[in-house]
Order: sequence, then structure tokens, then C-alpha cells
Amino acid sequence: MPGSTASLRAYVITRVILMVPMLVLLLTFTFIILRVAPGDPVSTIYGERGNPQVIDRIKTELGLYDPLYVQFFRYLRDVFTGNMGTSILTQRPVIDEITSRMPATIELTFSSMLVASVLGIGLGTFAGTRRDRLPDFATRLYGALAYNIPIFWFGLILKLIFAVWLGWLPVSGRFSPRLSPPPTVTGLYTIDSLLAGNLPAFVDAVAHLVLPSLTLGIVLSGFFVRITRVNVIHAMGSDYVEAARARGIPERSVFFRHGLKNALVPVITTMGLTFALLFSGAILTETVFSFEGMGRFVFLAISYRDYPAIQGAVVYYGILMVVISLGIDILNAFVDPRIRY
Amino acid sequence: MSALLELEHLSVTFETPQGPVHAVQDVSLTIEGGSIVGLVGESGCGKSTLGRAILRLLPENATVAGSVRFAGRDVLALSPKEIRDLRGRNLAMIFQDPMTRLNPLMRIRDHFIETIRAHNPAVKSGQALERAKKVLADVRVPSDRLGMYPHELSGGMRQRVMIALCLLFKPALLIADEPTTALDVILEAQILQLLQSIMHEYSMSVLLITHNLGLVAEFSDRVAVMYAGRIAEEGATPPLFREPRHPYTQGLLRSVIDLETTSLYSVPGEPPSLLGETAGCPFYPRCDKRMAVCETVYPEPRLVGEDHRKVACHLY
Repeated sequence: MPGSTASLRAYVITRVILMVPMLVLLLTFTFIILRVAPGDPVSTIYGERGNPQVIDRIKTELGLYDPLYVQFFRYLRDVFTGNMGTSILTQRPVIDEITSRMPATIELTFSSMLVASVLGIGLGTFAGTRRDRLPDFATRLYGALAYNIPIFWFGLILKLIFAVWLGWLPVSGRFSPRLSPPPTVTGLYTIDSLLAGNLPAFVDAVAHLVLPSLTLGIVLSGFFVRITRVNVIHAMGSDYVEAARARGIPERSVFFRHGLKNALVPVITTMGLTFALLFSGAILTETVFSFEGMGRFVFLAISYRDYPAIQGAVVYYGILMVVISLGIDILNAFVDPRIRY
Repeated sequence: MSALLELEHLSVTFETPQGPVHAVQDVSLTIEGGSIVGLVGESGCGKSTLGRAILRLLPENATVAGSVRFAGRDVLALSPKEIRDLRGRNLAMIFQDPMTRLNPLMRIRDHFIETIRAHNPAVKSGQALERAKKVLADVRVPSDRLGMYPHELSGGMRQRVMIALCLLFKPALLIADEPTTALDVILEAQILQLLQSIMHEYSMSVLLITHNLGLVAEFSDRVAVMYAGRIAEEGATPPLFREPRHPYTQGLLRSVIDLETTSLYSVPGEPPSLLGETAGCPFYPRCDKRMAVCETVYPEPRLVGEDHRKVACHLY
């Protein structure tokens, strides 16, 4: 698409600029919701038997007694000067907490997405081409079950079978303590170990990823099965597929070039939207497998009303979602010539 | 001239959850080489199903009985490989809505290359494009359209491209299923004139499936009038239009707008459901000349009059 590269670039730039007002809105809502929700970080951390004078003093130091708008604009000013604040719970800068944990979550979500799309698209195509026959019913049943299975329970069962009983895979964590992790480049253990040429480290990192990403990926694959199946049925029954058959195009090409390719356009779009689902699913999965990513950090931050930490995490998730959906848009523009920006 | 396509006692039945639907029943029809045969009837009378049955494009829940002979070959007995080879090469088909008949993700050029290679894998894409340019010129489409995607073309252009895709291998028979219904009147005339001139150039026969009597009167050599899955009347176009014999044909011809009296006649009643078995003449409930026998006995088509017209009616 030679003529449209320029317009695509303009579109990407616009989307990046639009991120600023979007983040301000996101921050505003998060800020308000956190302040409206009962409890505050200091009282939560010290508990009911904490010394009220100490709690009062710390709350004054943290500025929690200032009027809300003062707190809000102070926070906004900090954020736009690159200061995300300090975690009340860990006393470390929020930005450090996030950058050290984000790679684990990215590794988990992307490998889960890989599992979900391979399983989901594969099974969905299988079912869609055998409509209303036994394999179709079986696959649809799988889809419904997988999508409705509780992540927490499913993760524990997988862990019990493959890690505890069979001992094939590690029980928890991201990396074995007996190995030394690869030097940090991207923070993703899989990629960093490959960059360092350290094969044992790579195998170890992947082994730790298998169960968490199967847990999250299988649950999400239920969703992909359904949407792929519907789109394959729709595309294979379309007018252009019939016309291709009428021209004597071999059935293989009819299926791959005309049917499947068209069926996958809407699937790619939904893939982008599902990332949000993945991030929330990752919180549960990381907790089950003690996988030190954003999920556990967010879980603790919310439990203790760690305002700066929660707000920082929301900003990061927001940016990540924008980047992902932008990537999906660009991918779509390359696949479907009707999509132009 | 010899018969190019012979349909004998062709029936198509769809298995549906409501029961069998007899979309086409006992149709016998012959198309001679180099002629245009019009197949007319109301929506749902089975004319499109008939067209698809010839190319074996029907869905899996359809059962076909009877025989289809194309250039002496038994089409219904061909292997999947043989029928695929016949489609697009000897027997081609264009459809009603050109807007949705091209793959939206493929450039026009790739449709041509794909079709040529499907029948002739040895052809290089450069040669294929040369051939595409030639047929596109025949259907008056500028060759710069080759680089475009379907959504960048108008409806008329897309139908011309569809026709060009059919012409690549100079097929002996083109089945045109409502080729102009989705187009406006001016485009309709252009496309049909194009089809007519191309037919002579390529010495090709056409089965023109349409609900439009005017088109049939103007363009076809013979007409078959279909009603409720059966052929009611069939014969050479001029005498059939001059003197329709079947009461349904008479009703159809009367329902064309008469500009002098400005009144519009319509055949009373609704076409019957094709679900389940029926006895007697399917037109019986709407017929103004019905007799007692019509309700119970189906009138087998017979040759009537000097022009050897086939009519399925107890009146003759």
C-alpha cells in the first residue's frame, strides 16, 4: 500500500498525541475513585490498633489532609515532570517498582496470547469447517467450558497435575534460584537469555512460563474459538467464496486465500480488545504461580490503598493498551486494503 | 447445431429441518451451441438453484437427481477434480451482486492470476497479466484497474471484471444469474449489450437467469418459464411472447406495464411453498382456467402447436 503510508503515519502520530488527554482522564478517574473508596493507605497499613497520633502525623506528611484539588494538581504536576511518586508500602519510587515488574507481565501476557490464538484460531477453524457435526459440537463445548473456567481454580489444578504430581514443570516463580538470570536488556528473561546466548537459562525461563501461560491462554482461547468459528462459517458461505469455486479455484486456495484470510480480519481486531482482559487475568495467574509481575504488585497496592502505586500502574496499563491497539490497527491496515486512516 | 447442455429430469431437493424442499422438479431443458436461453420466473421459483446445479455449486444439504450432460459429458458423475477443471474453463458463471463477488483482500490482478493458474499452473504471472489485459479490453475495462482492490471499483466495473474472469478460457457456456439486477438501468443495458457482443466474439452460449421479462424478450433466442421448481412453458422467444399458452405465462406477460392503458395487472395469489410433496399442477390455486383434473394430476409437458412449444398444462 504505497500511497497510504503517509496517511498511516499521520494516523499513528494523531493517536500518540491523543494519548495525553486520555491519560489525564484516566488519572482523574482513578484519583477520584481511590479517594472516594473507603480507607486510606496509612490507616490500612497501621491497622486498627495503630497509634492515632503517628497515623495523623504521617497522613499530614503525605499531604492526605490537604484539599482534594490541591492533592490532585500536585499529583498531575509530578506526573508530567516524570515523577510518579513513591510507593507508600515499599518506600521505593513507583517507576522503579513498575519497570522491574512490567517485563514479567509482558512476557506472560504475550505468551498467553500466543497460546490463546493458536488454540483458539486452530480449533475455531476446525469447528467452523465442520459445522453442526460432532467435532463442531465438541469444540463449541470446549469453548464454553474454557471461557467460563475460574482462572484461580484452573491454575491450581494445572499446577497440581504438571508440577506437583508429574513434576514436569516448576511449581512457581519466573526463574530457578540455582541459575543466574541473564544480564538485563529488555527485562524479558526469554529474550535476554537468547541475546546472551544462554540456552539453559532460556529453557528455564520458558519452563516457568508454560503453566501460567497455559492457564491464562486456555481460558482466553474459549473466546477465540467462538469468534473464529463464526467468522470462518461466515466467510466460507460468502459470495466471493462461491464465485471462486465457480471459477474452478482449487478448494485449498478457496479455503486459505478466500475463506480463512477474510475470516481472520475481525479476529485480529478482537485480539487487540482482549489484551485488556489478559491484563486482568494476569493478576490472578501471577498470584497463583507467584510470578513476580505487575499483577501481584497491583494486588498488594490495592489491598493497602497505596495511592501512588495504583495510579502509576493504571498509567502504565493505559499506555500499554494504547500501544497494543495501535499495533493492531497498523496490522489490520496491512491485511485489509479497505481500512485506511 | 448440436446440444451443448442437456438437462434431463433434473430435480434438486434440499434437506431442511422443516423437511425436504423441492426447489427444482423434473426439469428437462436443452441449450444449443451459440444461443441465449432465458430462464424466467418469480423469486424463489428455483431458477438460481437450477443454474448452480449445472455447475454443482449447491450446498451439502442438496440432493440432485436426473442428468446434466455438458458437451456430451455427464456432469453429475464427474470427480471433484474434473468438475473443478470444467468450472471457469468450459462452464462459467456470473452472479447477481457483483459488489460481493470479488475477494475484498485481493487486488483485481491477483484474481486473474489465480484463475489462470488454477487451470494452467505453468503460466507465469507476467503472461497471465497479458492475458488479463486482453480480456479486460474486450469488456471495456481500462487495464490500470488491475492494480486496484475491488472496493475501489464501481458496481458496473466489478461486473465487467467478473465477466472478464469468466472469459479467460473462452468457455462454451456462460450461466448468468441475474447479472444486472443489482445495477441501474443504464448499466444493465450496457452489460447486456456487452454480453451479447462478447457471446458472438467468443462463440459462447448463455443461460440468462432473470425475473425480467423485458431482458429475455430482447436478448434471448429461447425462453423457459419456471414456476414452483418446474418449467411451465418453453419455446422460441418470438412466438412465445406473441402467443403465450400456459396460463402462468399469460399472466406474467399481462403483468408487464402497459403504457397505453396505464393499468398494472398482477397474477393473483402467492407462489406455493416448495416444502413437502405436492400433487397436481402447482399453479392450480392461482389459475383462472383451472379444471378438476388440475388439482390431482400434474400435467406432463408436451409439445404444442406448430412452433413445437413445450407446455405443461392440461388445456393442451
